[in-house]
This record gives sequence, structure tokens and C-alpha cells, in this order.
Amino acid sequence: MEKQVILNAKHLELTLKRLCHELIESHNDFSNTVIVGLQPRGIHVVERLKIILEDILKKEITCGNLDITFYRDDFRRRETPLLPSVTNIDFSLENKDVILVDDVLFTGRTIRSGLDAVLSFGRPKSVELMVLIDRRFRRDLPIEANYVGKAVDTLLSERVSVEWKEHEGEDKILLYTKESDE
Amino acid sequence: MNSLSVEHLIGIRDLTKEDLDLIFKTADSFKQVINRPIKKVPSLRDITIANLFFENSTRTKLSFELAEKRLSADIINFSASGSSVKKGETLVDTVNNILSMKVDLVVMRHPSPGAASFLSKNVDAKVVNAGDGTHEHPTQALLDAYSIREKLGSLKGKKIVIVGDILHSRVALSNIYCLQKLGAEVMVCGPKTLIPKNIEELNVKVSNNLKEALEWCDVANMLRIQLERQDVKYFPSLREYSMTFGLNKEILDSLSKKIVVMHPGPINRGVEITSDVADSDQSIILQQVENGVAIRMAVIYLLAAQIER
Repeated sequence: MEKQVILNAKHLELTLKRLCHELIESHNDFSNTVIVGLQPRGIHVVERLKIILEDILKKEITCGNLDITFYRDDFRRRETPLLPSVTNIDFSLENKDVILVDDVLFTGRTIRSGLDAVLSFGRPKSVELMVLIDRRFRRDLPIEANYVGKAVDTLLSERVSVEWKEHEGEDKILLYTKESDE
Repeated sequence: MNSLSVEHLIGIRDLTKEDLDLIFKTADSFKQVINRPIKKVPSLRDITIANLFFENSTRTKLSFELAEKRLSADIINFSASGSSVKKGETLVDTVNNILSMKVDLVVMRHPSPGAASFLSKNVDAKVVNAGDGTHEHPTQALLDAYSIREKLGSLKGKKIVIVGDILHSRVALSNIYCLQKLGAEVMVCGPKTLIPKNIEELNVKVSNNLKEALEWCDVANMLRIQLERQDVKYFPSLREYSMTFGLNKEILDSLSKKIVVMHPGPINRGVEITSDVADSDQSIILQQVENGVAIRMAVIYLLAAQIER
């Protein structure tokens, strides 16, 4: 199993802070902005962003979790149906500036489903995309992120895994190559 | 486990505990969906569903239709009155004719027990049983159990009494299988003539005394007296039935604990349950209807996932 660290804990922390400052640059005091994390892994990024943003802005940031299982375009194309996770958006997205957040941007299909799902909660004023890792040149759809933690060049057979202190024991982002059976 | 162990939903009897948990977990997500501003998901865009109702139904038919529409499936409806069934066409012929219009899944209610199972062996489509005679009504049992789970947290160790016309009830049979698989204890209660012989073999308690049964239980599921299926008189009069086995506020308030009251509908107010009980805060009758849509969405979603492209 070949693995390589893309970002370690220290760099991940720096990257998250930079992303937060980029967000504040374009969203000022977040008065009309909400952050929506995509299930299952994007929500962990949102948890961190929320802490950092609230610390800088000294106010509460509205955040939600969005599950996109029922909006996917690969229903019946997989061996087994995907199990849905929890959606937790108890506010309307009507006329809001929405920032969709995921950990890794790969083919863009998840984001496409996410855009569909977002519309079920109202018509947002704008939607932006933030990802921690952008696997460049691997898109199936014309989708790009507005805010990128780090762009990496990867092979199709490789896998990027974002791990968190709270869930996996350590903050780090890894790149697994071929022989990995995980 | 991410998929059902069965290819059709004929009865609860065929399902495993894991199947039930999977259906409930999926239904949780669909319940969120139907409470959104836009209550629809695109999952079943390329699926066509036929609703075949050879027997009258309002609630179940509406609930299935709504569930299918919320999943974005295309649907066709068929009811026996005004169809070629009256002209002597057999069940398989009727259904095959409909299937040649490229239908992927059939939801069927039929007055004959075993009709759904027969159909599933003879046609090339997924079959969901929406009630076959006095045999099973699986989606009703699923939504009943789901509603109890929502109200009381879990089914394990809970005591549920099913009161009324057990003999003619497909709801009772499906409920017994479903509740027992989820670890609940079941009792049936009603006049001796309406309790099937040897029902003890299903591991259920039997009582002929309503008060005693209600004292024992956490949840009472009051069934309708199915006059349309009763070929002979099973009890002297509806008035007498109502006095002996009807649930009224007086009995409910005399119990030592607050029980949950359910009814699969349609209610005969004043017969098996009085209006003040049906509309009381102990009743979860309307929650059952809401959960019915979520459960049916879950069942159809999980079965449709198995359809080959």
C-alpha cells in the first residue's frame, strides 16, 4: 500500500484559515450567506470552517448538512443502492448566498447532484463551491471550485482521503496509489 | 447491508430484521424529503409504475401514488371497475397487457389471498403487494411499526395489542410478523368468532377482554370491522360489538398508564373507536398516514434499485 501525505495537520490548519479569509473577503460579515456541507465527508470541513469563522467574526454562522443520495445520476448503475445520510437544513435557501463545501472535487458529479438538491430548499441568490482538494483534470462535467485548498494532479486509480482528528485520530490528507486495498 | 434480501414485497413474512431496519433507515431520509419546500427527488425518473387496484382503496392508493410521484416515477393507474376484468380477462393476461407497455414495477391490491405471490412468479416486473385478500398488507405493517418506533423509540420489548376483526384482517397478520421480528410482544383481542383458530401458534397472546388487553399493552391498534368480508354474522350487532370491544375515552382514562392508540383506517367512528379517542393526543392515526408515504417511497426506492437497466 503506497500512501503519500498531501497535507499534514499544520498545513491543513493553515489552508483552512486561508480559505476562511478568502470567504470573508467575498462575503463580508456573512449576513446573507449560509454554508452547506455535502454528506458524508464535506460536513467535517464545515465543522472546522464554522469554528474558525465564528472566532474571527465573533458571530454565529449558519451551517447545514446536505445529503445528495436521491439526486445522484448513478442510481441503478451500481451493484447496491447507496444508503442516504442525514440532511440537516432547517433554514430556507431562498435568496441566500450559498457556499457548497466538500472535501474532494473529483469528477464533479457529486457537486452536480448537490446543485440539484440545493434547489429543493428554495432558489438561492448565488451558489459557490469550496473544496479542500481539487483533483485537477479529472472532471466529467464542466464544474470548477471558487475556493480551493490545494490542487493536486492524480491518476484515476488513485484515491484521496481526508482524515480528521475527531473521526480518524489525526488531521491529514493522504493520497493512496494503486496497490492499496483499502 | 445496502439492499433488500427479496426481489418483490409480497409479505412481511419473507423479510429479515435487516430488511426492516434498512427500510426504516431509508424512510427516515424520505420523511425529511417530504417535509422540504420541494417535496420531490429525481431518483426514479426512468421507472414506470403501474398501480393495479382490483379492490376499493382510498388511503393506500393515494399514498402509493404520492410516494411514486415524489420519487419522480411515471405512473399509470388501473382500477377493476370499468376494466376488461369485468369482461372475463384473467389476472395474468391483464397484467401482461399492461407490462407490454414497458412497466418496471407493479403495485397491486387484489381480493384473493396469494394474488401478489402468483403475479410475481408469472410476470417480468417487480411486485409490491398493496393487500391481497385476508393474507398480508406489508406496507401497512411497516408504517405501523415505523410509527410506533418514532413514538416510543424502539419496538424491542414493547407490548402491542391488535383489537377487532383479526379473522378477516391482512393488517393483523402482517403486523404480527413485523412486530415480532422487531422484538415486540403481540396480543390479539376480539370476539371469539373473529379470532382465527390456532393463532397461538404464531406466538401471540389471545384475550377476549378489552380492558384486560389494554391494561397489558403499550400500544393499541384498533382494526375496522370488515363487514364486506363477513359472509355470516360473527356477532349479534354493531352496537353490541362497540359496547364490548369499542375504545372510548372512559376506558382509556381508566387505564393505569397512557397508551398509544393507532388505527389503519378507514375509521368507523363510534364502532371500534369513538371520535374523542381518535382525535385525542394519544392517537397517532394521522402520523401513520404521513409515515405511510415515507415508507412506501423507501420500499419502492429499494426495489427499483434492483431493476436492471
